[in-house]
Amino acid sequence: MSLYENISSNKRKSILLIILFFIIVASLGYILGFYIGAPVTGLLIAFIFSAVMVLISYYSGDELILKMSHAVPSDKKTYPHLVNTVEGLAIAAGIQTPKIYIINDSAINAFATGRNPNHASVTVTTGAIERLKRDELEGVIAHELAHIRNYDIRMMMLVAVLVGIIALLSDLFLRTMIYGRRDKQIRGTGRPFGAILFLVGFILALLAPLIAQLIKLAVSRQREFLADADGALLSRNPQGLANALKKIRDDKEPLVEAANKATAHLFIENPLRTFKGRINSLFSTHPEIDERIKRLQGL
Amino acid sequence: MANIILWTIIGILVLIILYIVLTFNSLIMLRNRVENAWSQIDVQLKRRYDLIPNLVNTVKGYMKHESGTLTEITKMRSKLVSGSMSEKSKASDAISQALKTIFAVSEDYPKLQASENFKMLQEELAGTESKIAFSRQFYNDNVMSLNNKIQQFPSNIIANLLKFNEKEFFKSEETERKPVKVEF
Repeated sequence: MSLYENISSNKRKSILLIILFFIIVASLGYILGFYIGAPVTGLLIAFIFSAVMVLISYYSGDELILKMSHAVPSDKKTYPHLVNTVEGLAIAAGIQTPKIYIINDSAINAFATGRNPNHASVTVTTGAIERLKRDELEGVIAHELAHIRNYDIRMMMLVAVLVGIIALLSDLFLRTMIYGRRDKQIRGTGRPFGAILFLVGFILALLAPLIAQLIKLAVSRQREFLADADGALLSRNPQGLANALKKIRDDKEPLVEAANKATAHLFIENPLRTFKGRINSLFSTHPEIDERIKRLQGL
Repeated sequence: MANIILWTIIGILVLIILYIVLTFNSLIMLRNRVENAWSQIDVQLKRRYDLIPNLVNTVKGYMKHESGTLTEITKMRSKLVSGSMSEKSKASDAISQALKTIFAVSEDYPKLQASENFKMLQEELAGTESKIAFSRQFYNDNVMSLNNKIQQFPSNIIANLLKFNEKEFFKSEETERKPVKVEF
């Protein structure tokens, strides 16, 4: 797949994701409205809600993600070689230099986010800056810039925020449902409101695994392999990234504290992994690290 | 019958004109990309041009034996911002070599190594060094797409008619970029 096919595929998938989000939220609004006796109002509210959420996630999804990950802007004085590396690779990729952020965490990891190459940022953990050699850091940054140039970042940002919102709604309803069950009064008196919440919560609980599946689909292994290869083409040095991945693989503490299920797929390597290599199987958003190293060394 | 033939001819002519317009536009786009890529190289060469006097001033007091290399760098420096592409490329290669020598020799001067100013300059020059390599890579990638379009059939006909010329690659003695060896 060429770079341009890749870009249009990502733009298409982003639109599909937005439509899917609209459908899910609208049907929830309709169900909720139906039980109150005003399905159209419910639909309308859900429609406005999703429109607002889509706009927020498109225009400030990256800021949300950065906030969630406790990322802070980096200046040139603290890490001059990081800034020089990003600037250099941005020249090679032919894109504007993205903003640079730092996560204060000893684990080695990095991610890129934003809506297009002109509104993008790269985030690196302090562990990566301090523990990777120059060419290894270069490999990692090149991988992230490949994500930016491919518009992977738009797709992955929307996945993180929109799927995150649905997961959050699901969580909220589930909690209400469990809490409501304890409250005998609501169930006992048979007030319609408790029944509605129960039903919606039930539906959303059913949806949750589907959402997880969606994250997996959106963040296919192919996408990571492709960014690895594109990154190697940018840095002209596949060994750099391969060595960085090896360091991550052999790391005793690869867990990034500020990462969560909604943002895990953004990272260069699964940040939720514990040392024994046990990955939460439902969210295995990344290909096997050994397979990636093998492919890079074969380039 | 005559009508059908007439419309077929018109149809073919429209398609040909459309093809010429599209090819012309993509040639223009590719040429602009090459020019933009070239200006990126220039920006980095200029940056190095500005950094060198700083380096020479910082190092001069410490490295008495290396004054020959320093004079050499100062001489080559002016060629970074004036002259043809091949002159610039030669000057750039020569300076890369001389800088390598200076940084290698600097390890014998602990006082120099400890200087904050020197450390900063070393990082900046190493950064600029890799940016020059990256911008050269980007430039050459773009030159290749333009030259392909100019040489390949049938776009070569239009390129020749409209007088698009192939661009020259920015050659370097180190043809492929090698990983940067500077460690801190």
